[in-house]
Formats: sequence, C-alpha cells, structure tokens
Amino acid sequence: MAEPALDLSPSPGDEARTTTCYMCACRCGIKVWLQDGQVRYIQGNREHPVNHGVLCAKGAAGIMQHNSPARLRKPLLRVGERGSGEFREIEWDEALDLATSWLKPIRARNPDELAFFTGRDQSQALTGWWAQQFGTVNYAAHGGFCSVNMAAGGLYSVGGSFWEFGEPDWEHTRLLMLWGVAEDHDSNPIKLGLGKLKARGARIIAVNPVRSGYGAIADEWIGIRPGSDGLFAFALVHELLRMDRIDLEFLVRHANAHWLVIDNPGGGDDGLFARDAEGNALCWNTQANATTDANAIDIAPAVVGEYMLPDGRKARPVFQLIVDRYLDPRYSPDAVSERCGIPANTIRRIARELAEAAFDSNLTLPIAWTDSWGREHAEMVGRPVAMHAMRGISAHSNGFHTCRALHLLQLLLGAVDAPGSFRYQPPFPKPVPPANRPGRTRKADGVLDAPPLGFVHGPEDLVVDAQGRPRRIDHAYSWAYPLAAHGMMHTVIRNAWAGDPYKIDTLMMFMANMSWNSAMNTGETMRWLTDRDEAGEYRIPRIIYSDAYASEMVAYADLVLPDTTYLERFDAISLLDRPISDADGASDAIRHPVLAPETQDVEGRPRDVRGFQSVLIELGARLGLPGLANDDGTPKYRDYADYIVRHERAPGVGLLAGWRGEHGESHGKGAPNPGQLQRYIDNGGFWREELPEHARYFKMANRGYLQWAQRFGFVPNDAPIVLQLYSETLQRFRLAAQGHGAIQPPPGHRERVATYFDPLPIWYEPFEHEQASRTRFPLDAVTQRPMFMYHAWGSQNAWLRQIAARNVLYLHPETGATHGIADEDWIEVCSHNGSIRVQAKFAANVQADTVWTWNAIGKRKGAWRLAKDAPESGRGFLLNHLVSDLTPRGDYANADPVTGQAAWFDLRVSIRKAAAGSAAVSAPQFPPLGFDQADPAPLRYGAGFRRGKRR
Amino acid sequence: MHPAISVIAFTTLSGAGFGLWAWLGLRIAFGGPPGMYEGIGWAIGLLAAAVLVAIGLASSFLHLGRPARAWRAFSQWRTSWLSREALLAVACFGAMATVFAVGRSGFHPLLLRGAGGLLAVLSLATVCSTAMIYASLRPIPAWSHRLVVPAYAGFALLQGALLLPTFTSTALARGGLWWTSLALVIGLAAAKLRYWADIDRGPDMPTRGQAIGLPHRRATVFEHPHTEANYITREMAFVVARRHARLLRGVALGLFALLPLVLLGLAAARPATSIWALPLAAACSLAGALVERWLFFAEAKHMVTLYY
Amino acid sequence: MTMLPPPSKVKLGLVIDLDTCVGCHACATSCKAWNSGGISGPLTDEDPYGKHPRGVWFNRVHGYELEADAATRQPAQTLHFPRSCLHCETPACVTVCPTGASYKRAEDGIVLVDADKCIGCKLCSWACPYGAREFSETEGVMKKCTLCVDRIYNEKLDAGDRQPACVQACPTRARHFGDLGDPRSDVSKLVAERGGVALMPELGYAPVNRYLPPRPRRVGEHTHQQPARTDANAGSLTQRWLNRLLKR
Ligand SMILES: Nc1nc2c(c(=O)[nH]1)N[C@H]1C(S)=C(S)[C@@H](COP(=O)(O)OP(=O)(O)OC[C@H]3O[C@@H](n4cnc5c(=O)[nH]c(N)nc54)[C@H](O)[C@@H]3O)O[C@H]1N2
Ligand SMILES: Nc1nc2c(c(=O)[nH]1)N[C@H]1C(S)=C(S)[C@@H](COP(=O)(O)OP(=O)(O)OC[C@H]3O[C@@H](n4cnc5c(=O)[nH]c(N)nc54)[C@H](O)[C@@H]3O)O[C@H]1N2
Ligand code: SF4
Ligand code: SF4
Ligand code: SF4
Ligand code: SF4
Ligand code: SF4
Ligand SMILES: [Mo]
Repeated sequence: MAEPALDLSPSPGDEARTTTCYMCACRCGIKVWLQDGQVRYIQGNREHPVNHGVLCAKGAAGIMQHNSPARLRKPLLRVGERGSGEFREIEWDEALDLATSWLKPIRARNPDELAFFTGRDQSQALTGWWAQQFGTVNYAAHGGFCSVNMAAGGLYSVGGSFWEFGEPDWEHTRLLMLWGVAEDHDSNPIKLGLGKLKARGARIIAVNPVRSGYGAIADEWIGIRPGSDGLFAFALVHELLRMDRIDLEFLVRHANAHWLVIDNPGGGDDGLFARDAEGNALCWNTQANATTDANAIDIAPAVVGEYMLPDGRKARPVFQLIVDRYLDPRYSPDAVSERCGIPANTIRRIARELAEAAFDSNLTLPIAWTDSWGREHAEMVGRPVAMHAMRGISAHSNGFHTCRALHLLQLLLGAVDAPGSFRYQPPFPKPVPPANRPGRTRKADGVLDAPPLGFVHGPEDLVVDAQGRPRRIDHAYSWAYPLAAHGMMHTVIRNAWAGDPYKIDTLMMFMANMSWNSAMNTGETMRWLTDRDEAGEYRIPRIIYSDAYASEMVAYADLVLPDTTYLERFDAISLLDRPISDADGASDAIRHPVLAPETQDVEGRPRDVRGFQSVLIELGARLGLPGLANDDGTPKYRDYADYIVRHERAPGVGLLAGWRGEHGESHGKGAPNPGQLQRYIDNGGFWREELPEHARYFKMANRGYLQWAQRFGFVPNDAPIVLQLYSETLQRFRLAAQGHGAIQPPPGHRERVATYFDPLPIWYEPFEHEQASRTRFPLDAVTQRPMFMYHAWGSQNAWLRQIAARNVLYLHPETGATHGIADEDWIEVCSHNGSIRVQAKFAANVQADTVWTWNAIGKRKGAWRLAKDAPESGRGFLLNHLVSDLTPRGDYANADPVTGQAAWFDLRVSIRKAAAGSAAVSAPQFPPLGFDQADPAPLRYGAGFRRGKRR
Repeated sequence: MHPAISVIAFTTLSGAGFGLWAWLGLRIAFGGPPGMYEGIGWAIGLLAAAVLVAIGLASSFLHLGRPARAWRAFSQWRTSWLSREALLAVACFGAMATVFAVGRSGFHPLLLRGAGGLLAVLSLATVCSTAMIYASLRPIPAWSHRLVVPAYAGFALLQGALLLPTFTSTALARGGLWWTSLALVIGLAAAKLRYWADIDRGPDMPTRGQAIGLPHRRATVFEHPHTEANYITREMAFVVARRHARLLRGVALGLFALLPLVLLGLAAARPATSIWALPLAAACSLAGALVERWLFFAEAKHMVTLYY
Repeated sequence: MTMLPPPSKVKLGLVIDLDTCVGCHACATSCKAWNSGGISGPLTDEDPYGKHPRGVWFNRVHGYELEADAATRQPAQTLHFPRSCLHCETPACVTVCPTGASYKRAEDGIVLVDADKCIGCKLCSWACPYGAREFSETEGVMKKCTLCVDRIYNEKLDAGDRQPACVQACPTRARHFGDLGDPRSDVSKLVAERGGVALMPELGYAPVNRYLPPRPRRVGEHTHQQPARTDANAGSLTQRWLNRLLKR
C-alpha cells in the first residue's frame, strides 16, 4: 500500500490579521488566521516587540475564549433578586437611557455618588479621564489590590518599578534574583528572558516559598517564609556593607546617598533634606569642607559623618543613616535566619555572590555615551545582577517597604539601569515621585482638576476633608493609606454598603469579578452587595456592570452592559496607561475588530454587544460631560476608535504615540492623524520607537536618553533623575504625624503614620501575622497564578479547563504528618475570618510552614454557564473566603499602611482533617446562579476547516 | 488497562467457540469415519461454535470506533496480530463451511478429514493470534508475559473439550477427553496461579526516572497535565483495588478450575450425569474466563502510568 | 502500510529542553489550536463545559518532583515534562495497526494516522509506551501528533512559520525542531552538546525525539568560600568610607 497523499500545504486560513492578545495583561502581538468568518488559528506575531512570536497557553487557547458559550449576548436588566442571576434582555437604547437617567441626577447633585471602579483592564487612560469629566473622586482601577506596592515602592524610590515598568537585562545579566514571582504581567517577556539566561548559563535564584514554574528552573531555590523578604534583603544589605562591597560612586552619582538629612529630633525640619535658599539639596563637599549643592558635579561628597550646616543645624548624609540602620546586628544573617527560614550561611553566600557578580564580572559595553552633566564616557560599565519582584512581595502589608528594601539592595550594588541589571522601560524613569497629583476639587463645569489617581507628594495632596476624614469611598489617599496611588478597589463594596464615609448612589464597575475571586472575604462581599436597609432598599442602591461573560459578578448587577470579546473591538494600549515598552524602545499598540460580533453568535443565538469604551463615550455624550459632548449637546466622538484618534490629552499628545501629525509623519507628539489606526493595522497593530544605542542604559542620567524622552513627553525636561534611597516624601508624613505642619492626621492615625512612614525601608511583621494567634493559626497560606489560566475567565475556556478544573491545597508531607493529615484527605482550613473545606495534596516543593493553591480555579455553581456539577464548583475552591478584608483587630483594611495594597498573602491558617463522614465537596457552597447551562454536546472545533475532506 | 466489556466478551466467547471448533475439527480429522458420527450432533456443534465466535466477533465490533470500516482490518497481516486474527477467524468460518458442505453433501473422507484438521489448526491459531495481540505489547508487561498465550489457548481448549461430548457422544467424556480435560483444568489453574504470582512480584517495569529520561533520579508526581480523567487515564491507568483483585481471582479460579474439577469428577463417578455436568462445567469455565479476562485487563499496568 | 519503511535518512523530530521548560502548557494549547483545524483535526472535546471535561490533545505537560541526589550533589527539584509522540524509528504503534491507518512516512520518519482508514481499535495506543496517542470518542478514530506536517512544509505559510506550532509558541524556547538524522543539524548538535536522551531506549522503539536533561544546579559554586573581607566593625568601616574620595 502506498502512503496516503497528503496535502502538505493546506490553507492556513483565508486571511491573517494582526492584533493584540487580551487573555492577560501581557499584551502580546498575535496573528489571527480567519477562515469562513471564524478563527482558524491564533499564532504569535514574530515581529512584535513584546512576545517575538511566542504565545502562552492562554493566548494560544484564544479560540475557545472568543467562542465561549458564556459570552453575553445583549444588555441585561435584573428581574430577580440581586445575586440570583435572573435577567431580562433589553435593547441598547433602553440600557443607555436607563444608565443616563441614573447618572444624570448624580452628576447634578454630587458626582462623588458615582463610584466607578474598573478591573484589570488597560483603558485607564480613558476610564480615569472619563471619571474626571464626570467629576467623581471615586474612581480607581484594580491596582490597589494587585501590585500598587510594587508600583509605588518603585516610583517613590527609583522612578520606575519592577511591576511592568522595568525588566532584567536579559542579554547581559549573570545573576538574576526572582522575588515572589510566579507569572507576572510580563508573562512572555519573562519566559523569553529566562530562556536566554539559561542558554547563556546565567545563574537564577528564586526566592519563593514554593518551588514551581520559574522556580523549577532556577539554580537555587530559597524557600523563604512568607512576609519576611524585607528581613532577608536587609541581611544582604548588612553583609554588603560589612564587606564594603557597594558601589559608592554610583550612589553619589545617581542616588541621594550624600544628601544631608537634618538631625533635629522633635523639630519640624527633622529628617528633611538640608537645602539652600533655592531649595537645592545640600551635601558636604570634603574638598571644600563646606556644604554645596548636592547635584553639583566635580565635588567630593561625604557619605558618612555628621556635619554642621551654615545655620548651625546638624545634618548627616543619607548613607550614614543607612549604615547606622542596616549594619545593626539585628539585621545580621544570624539574626534574621530563623524568621526567614534561610540558613545564615546561605544569606552570607548569596551576599558574596551578588557582590561578585556585580563587581567582579568586568562587564563593560563598548558604547560611548554622555551623561546629564555633559561628561562623555567611552563605555558603559555593567553591574550584571538583576532583580525582579512581584506579588510575593507586593501582596503583604509590609510590601511597600519590602519593595523599597529591594531597591535599596539594587542601588547599593549599582545595579539600576546599568548593563546587566534591572532596566527601565520607557516612559520610565520618571522624576521621584511622579509629578501628577490626584484630582481633588471640581471646577465650575463639574470636571475634576486632575484625574482621580495620581501621586501625593505630601499631606497637602491627600484627599481628605478638613477633619482629616477620607473623601473617597475607598479611603485611598486618606491618612489610613496615604500613598494609595492606585485606589483601593478591595474596600469599595464594604464601604459603599456601610456608607463610610458617605452613601453612594451608583456603583459602576467594569471587568472585575468583585463578587468572587477578586473580593477579599467573598461570602461577606456577596452579602454587602445584596443587603437591604430598613426601608427594604438595597444598601448599595444601583450597580451597573460591564462584562463580556456570564461571570459571578454579572449576577449582582442591576444593569449589565455586555462587552465584545477581544477580537471584536478597538482598544488602545497606550503609553499614558500601562505601557508595553521594553528597555530598548517605547511601544504602544492597538486592538482592532478582526471579527464583527454580529457574526459571532452563541449557540446559534445572535449577539448584540458593544465595546465598553465606546459605550462609555456614548454615555458621556448623553450625560453632556465636558470633553465628551459639544456645546450643542452633540457627541464629540463617534466611538472609541474616533476618540483614540482625535482626543488630545495635551496639545499633540493622544492615546497613541505612533504616526501622529496630519500625515503620520511625527511620532510621540503631533497633531491627530485621521489615518492613524490604519497605520497601526498596517504595521501589525503596534508602534515601536527604538532607543538609540547610547540611550539604553543609565537612563536616569543619560543625556541622550533624557532628551529623547523629553521629545516624547515622557519627562518634563532633561534634568537627571535622582534615585531616592531616603524618601523625604515619607518623612513629610511622619513629621505631620509628629505634630508638625498645617495638615496633620487625626489623633487616631498618628502613631500609625509615624511608624510606617519611615524614610528608609523598614521591616515589620505583616499585620495578620502579628495580630492573629501564632499558635491557633500556625501556617501561611498563599496562592499562585497558574500559567495556563487567567483569574476568573480561564475556566469557561473548553481547553484550559481540561488542564485544571479543580484545585487542591498543597502542603508539605511533613506538615501533613504534623497535623494528622494524609495525602488527598479532605481538610478544614481556618483563618481568623472563616473556614473552608478543601482537598489536601502533598508536595515537598514548598516551605514546610506554608500551604498554597492555584488562584481562582474555584467557581460559583452555575457561573460561566458551566454545568452545575462542574468540578470547578464542587471540588475547586477559593482561599478568598479566608482572606479578611480587615485586619484581625478590625481597625484598618487588610492592607499596606502606606499604599493600601491588599494583603492577600498575609493569610494565616490552621488545618485539620475534615470531620469523618463529611462529603468530598468543597465548602462553602452557594446557591447556583441562574444562568442556563452551555450545550453539553461534544465540540468538534475545526472540523469545518478541512475543505474538500470526506468526513 | 480498562476492562472493556466488549473486548472481554469477545475474547472469552470466541475463545470458547474456537476451542469447540478445534476439538470438533480434531475429532473429524482423527476420529472414526465421519459417517458414523452420532446423529447430526457434530453439525450442531459446528454451528454452536460458530454462534459463540460470531457473538464474540460482534461484540468486538462494539469496541471499534468505526465498525463500518472493520473490513480494513484484514490488510496488515504481515505485521499486525489483530489483522492476522481477523483473517484467521474468517478462514475458520471458511474451514467450517467446508467441513459442513463436505460432511453433508456426500462422502469424501479425506477431504473431510483434511477440512476438519484445518479447522482445528486455524481455530487454535486464531486463539493464539488473539493472545498474541496482547502478548506482543511490550508497554504492558503483564501482557507480554510468557504464560499469556498458553492461558488463552488453555481456556479455549478446556471449554472446547468440555463442550465436545455434548455435541458428539457423552461416551467421549470418559475416555482420553476426560483425562485431557482434567489436565487442561489443572494446567490452566497452575498457569494462572503462576502468572498472578509473577505479576504480583511486580512486572518488569522501568522506573519513572527512566520514563522521563533521568534514570538516576527518583521522581514523584507533582501535577498531572489534567485534573480530570481523559482517554489515557481511563484506558490505561485503570486501577483495581488489591482486595478486589484477590477476591476476583478466587472467584475465577473457583469457576474455571474448582467447579469443573468437581463436575468432571462427578461425570467420571456417575457417567449418567455427564449429560448436564459437562456443559455445566463448560459454562462455569466460561464464567471463570470472563472474570479472569476482566482481571487480565484490570490488573495489567501500562507503562504510561509511569507518567501519572 | 503497517510495515515500517526502511530507515529514512531524514529523521524529523523535537528536542525538548527540560532545563528550561517552566511547565506553562503553551505547547499543549497551541498544538490543540493548530491541529484542531489541521490535517488530523478536529481534536474533539467531550463534555466541554460539564462534569467530565476531556478531549484529544497531542501534547501534555506533566510536573514532577525530583528527590535530592547525593551522588551528583543535586538538590531536590521540580521538573516539568512535556510528553508527545517521539516519532519512533521502530514503533509498535505502527506495526500493530490492522488497517494500515498508522504509518511512518518513508521520507522523513513522521508517524501519522490516516483518519480515513482508522477503525478505532485503539491497539496502537496500547502499543505506545509513551501514551502519545489519544482516541476521539466523538470521531471514533485515533489521533496523534503530526509533527505539524501541515506546517513544516506548508508553502502557504511564511518561511519563519514553517515549524511545529508547539515549537513556535514555546515562550522559553525550550522546544526545538529539526532533522535528528543529520549529525550537523542544529538539533543534533544541541543533543550532542547537552547529552540529550531518548526515553526508555531499552524498549526498542528507538524514539527520534530527544530530551535535554536539566543542567546541573549550581548552588554557590562560583563564590570563594572566604568572605571577601573579614569582619569589619561599623567604626572601622565608617572610617574607611570617610577617607574615601568619591567624585560626583
Ligand atoms: N486569593 C487571591 N485572590 C486574588 C489574588 C490572589 O493572588 N489571591 N489576586 C488579586 C489580583 S492581583 C487581581 S488583579 C484580581 C483579579 O481578579 P478579577 O478582576 O476578578 O479578574 P479577571 O479574571 O481579570 O476578571 C474580571 C472580569 O472581567 C471579565 N472580562 C474578561 N474579558 C473581558 C472583556 O473583554 N470585557 C469586559 N467588560 N469584561 C471582561 C471577566 O469575565 C471577569 O468577570 O484577583 C485578586 N484576587
Ligand atoms: N497566567 C496568568 N498570568 C497572570 C495572571 C493570571 O491570573 N494568570 N494574573 C496577572 C495579574 S493580575 C497579576 S497581579 C500578576 C501577578 O504575578 P505574580 O506576582 O507572579 O503572581 P502570583 O501568582 O500572585 O505570585 C506570587 C508569588 O509569590 C510567592 N509568594 C507568596 N508570598 C511570598 C513571600 O512572602 N515572599 C516571596 N518571596 N514569595 C512569596 C508565591 O508563591 C507566588 O509564587 O500576574 C499576571 N499574570
Ligand atoms: S501572555 Fe499569553 S495571554 Fe497574555 S497577552 Fe501574551 S499570549 Fe496573551
Ligand atoms: S511515541 Fe508512541 S505513537 Fe509515537 S511513534 Fe513512538 S510508539 Fe508510536
Ligand atoms: S486505532 Fe486506528 S490507527 Fe490505531 S491501530 Fe487501530 S486502526 Fe490503526
Ligand atoms: S509537533 Fe505539532 S502536533 Fe506535535 S506536539 Fe507539536 S504542535 Fe502538536
Ligand atoms: S511551551 Fe515550552 S516551557 Fe511551556 S510547557 Fe511547553 S515546553 Fe515547557
Ligand atoms: Mo493583579
């Protein structure tokens, strides 16, 4: 018999369209092959700067996401009780009329009665601006419960951050330390980078209580006890100082190590920088034996000692304070070893390794460059030690300071934007802290003076009333959480329910599954959403929600605005928002409809859905918001695509930086270009401007870079950016708490502010560790991101749910033995906040006092149109029921005291075998949602694509 | 391995049928002149065996994903035992038809004896081919065991031997055939006991370390590629509790060895009982074979389980 | 067809680097996405939104823990292990096939199933020690990795896309594709350099695919065992820093 004749060149599809993936926030470039009006295949775009052609498991399963039966089809108006999931389908006109009729009186009465909170989306450049036009201070995106500790920790220290604003120098680093990273937003760039490190033989150290994923391929795993990274970092700092293996030259050139700090205990100037009449910070010039402008060059600044200022006050250089604090024996490896769960010798060894990699590698790049002061350098001297950190640091109530501790460590090694180290991604670095302050006052036309989110520089920027009480529903920028730069989405529902500090009328949310996996204290959250007051009215009177799918949160909305899928709409991945740049270039991108929703039905039933951004723009026009309606009341913008192209934030600055100017001739700034979107589409959906070679490192003081960045509007001028080892901003708050200045915290917050606004990084026990009994709750419990799932939405994906349709609680076999638990037993897990029943599974790749599970696999029964007996609901579970939204003491949100970041990973639990006879079902269980079940027939996706084939 | 009822029914029923054919064939080939056969019993026997084989084959069709294409299975006899089995099974029907035709249409003793002999050989070969399907699968060490083919053949021959007198002459039950049956029962029981002892000792499986290319490392499972069952785990990672297996082995042994032994003894002691005792022994043996076959699947570990 | 062709000169296959694989499953879903509409599609999914979701995959990613190994001074490790067809040179999955549906291509050694001939007897899946064949309940036929034969030669794709979907997607670039029959090919060199292994060669199936074992873990071997500087106390350190002439 002959081999069958194969068609080795079958058509891969009728056409391929390049756009941007949206299955997570990484925003990779994709090439979507279409056939017969359906998605044939999705591949990575090889030209794209983010992913260079690779894809992750989610991105590659986009077909099933786009075709999910859980897609919403039409606007929905609630008919049943809130939370039941019973709705009536309505027309868009009715939906928009209704929303307008709810929102219009609010704007007239008090715009703050609208709380507009958006999830983990990427249109904050629009949504924040829209809230500003509406005039409410009550706006935020999800960052407050996600990674604001990383963002703020970085932006208040080094003008960039780990999070999404920086990356390791994958080409040159010799040693990478990963602190608490499972997956991160930069999923594919990190994986590509790790692959490169492996190929080059660079060493990788993973600091993580769990050894999985990235940790699995690391050379060394440091199974740290959760919440103790700051101590570990301090011990490394201690060792580096002790060995005198630090880059003092770097510290005085790029950081404020030599700046003089006034030493005047009890005085209103204590801890502030000594400044001259012009406000320039001073240092001690050892050549002149006098103070001088700390930013002057060709001086010999002192970094230790105590000096007398011309006016007689005493002052010490920042570095002296660092020495005093971190050389203290309480930060020696021996002192921290037990708390961190890391042998002291290991800490000493790693400190040596860091120093050797940084200083003995002799890495130089033969690239000439000019620094900010006009000095020319023939080469770039490397410090090939890179660090990357994420939510293992961030999601603790001591995360802000821990993040700063890591930046301190990097700075001591000179490993910030030097070859081989952590590198900034444009538009970063920015001046420290970034200039834009949160909007606080409404102008005559009701528009807020600035977007609601920004960076406070001192107590005067807080959003509090005259008595110092919060003015925002989430209490962000209040004395309780002064630097809450991303808002505090995790407090909104409780506060709106409690009317703290006031009652709101409408809660509008977009893309956040707040009644389930993104809530802390999920069970209570559902109660707050449905609770009624004495008059029988819902305590949260109205909830408008936009989702694309039948999520748990949809069931709690009064009005549901159905969004398109990511292949059906325009989006801007803007430099004004969460940029996708890499260290060698600035980029932005778009999404554009590769399919029309009208043609993409659900189980044969048509869909009438609209991109939320366009809906928001129409709603704004209907409300007559300045900026969205013309004076005659007509809409300013046709839809989001029109807005992307025509809207100017500042003259010449719009959502997209590429192909501006009438004919697309200018990049960065320029007049709107009507053909801009087409230019993007023609270019594969993205724009990238590569940095000149001489501008790629030392961006904080590289004239070539700063001038380039200024041209693009990333920085206001080309002045060098001084990295802040010591944060005067924090000290200002502390002084206020100590009774200085015009604006002071109410008495109840004073001690807290004074304690946690330390200008140098500190470490303290996470609140739950300190306040919940160590004997009753002896274990740490954390979650990790599965690489193949995206939070809530993965489980509706027929392919992804085959990888994991249930989760288990992983624990070390020894831990199991200690607690009388056998492998695969059902167990009871308790925290101070509640208890859950789950299945245990032994794995030895976890620190023995930590238990963990995959995040967000557990689903509410009936959600996502999964079968009522789907394993996700019967066997899967959420740790969120255990995670309290308040500290055990109940006085503050379960959050970082500086930034308000949700402290998901502070969770402490006890475990015991479930009572004999209890069902093999996870608990708690909730009544099933009223969505109907998806068609149970087998899927034969792709069968139709085999043209001319007999079947 | 997943004990699919269709396959179990196929191997056991067709096994019995082929066994009966084998004995009938031998009887025709080497017995007294066929014309002197006891009535038309031999013809009924041939047909009864055909029915068993046909039911078995039909049930094997249920195992196929695409039964309509079953004809394709004849093509690969050069390498595939399944193909060989299929061809041989069809050939058996051919041989049986010849025996039938020749036997009914007149008297061609040599031709008839030849056809009978052929039927016997083909039947045994078919059973052995069936066994070889399993015995040739190296990834399932419990199947590539040297006693698999003998056991398959043994069951077929035993059941055939126990059934033969029913269709020919119960007188047979007292002569050589009785002794043969006795030997088969004992041999089969010994073979199965030995087989079970062997697989209990742990079949010759590579380690998980070897399976993942790291023979010097000890590996334990952290996570499966899928949390729910799929084809691979359902088909090849079937697990039967040890307790159950022991119990079922006892049941099987009782059915295919102990009860037939007792019944054979009874038939010897009281020849009049052989009219029902022998068919009953055959039925017991068949029931025992069903249990034994279920275990043959359920207890066999596929190497893919190393990955799970 | 079931007879194996004489050994081909070209032996196309995959080389999978276990040192770099992070277990992300991208290879698994990208494979499913391409092949669903490819020559061996559809890769059906039974009970897709129900209690027992399951379907056909050509590639699955396992996770293991490796115990510490004293002999080689290797610590305990977590290992991710993608498993797909190894395109064996002498595979019983082909020779057992009664219909000729399973075959090994003479030209490049790729092992395929001709879905139009397969009767779904499942024997080939029993014969594969590596669990690389999956049966579609819905289609009633056997399915397996095609080595993306409809991509690697596909003239309708850009040259850069003519590689298996899993190789193209793999975000750590732990997967490599090429001719293992040619000792000068990149993949052969990689195998030689990294000591690539075949899985269970003792079974005699002669897999073409190779796995690159994890590189030895290096815990602190590059550091001198001596502290760089012996204990300095804070005072003497401060003195040293005081005397240091730093230029800004
Ligand atoms: N225990 C525990 N809980 C956690 C975390 C943890 O680590 N542990 N992490 C926290 C963090 S950092 C985050 S960011 C949150 C994330 O949690 P969520 O914000 O709940 O996560 P998402 O999965 O992004 O889903 C939000 C909603 O967006 C909807 N959606 C998806 N695509 C679209 C679209 O195109 N348009 C619209 N309108 N809606 C869409 C989905 O259907 C879903 O309902 O979870 C938090 N919760
Ligand atoms: N595939 C996928 N990718 C995603 C997401 C997703 O849902 N799926 N979500 C996106 C979102 S919204 C976010 S915020 C990012 C988050 O990206 P990551 O920060 O990578 O996310 P987590 O999974 O929360 O990882 C936290 C890690 O920290 C470890 N850890 C916990 N406590 C500690 C500690 O005290 N110290 C140390 N050193 N480690 C600790 C945990 O074991 C875990 O490995 O991922 C984004 N990317
Ligand atoms: S990492 Fe994956 S899901 Fe996220 S954008 Fe990239 S391909 Fe899409
Ligand atoms: S891996 Fe399995 S399916 Fe692939 S060729 Fe080898 S034996 Fe056949
Ligand atoms: S299932 Fe199909 S490919 Fe496999 S052996 Fe049977 S006929 Fe051949
Ligand atoms: S080579 Fe192609 S068919 Fe094979 S595993 Fe990779 S993607 Fe799947
Ligand atoms: S795509 Fe690459 S890194 Fe991910 S599981 Fe597959 S081989 Fe491993
Ligand atoms: Mo997040």
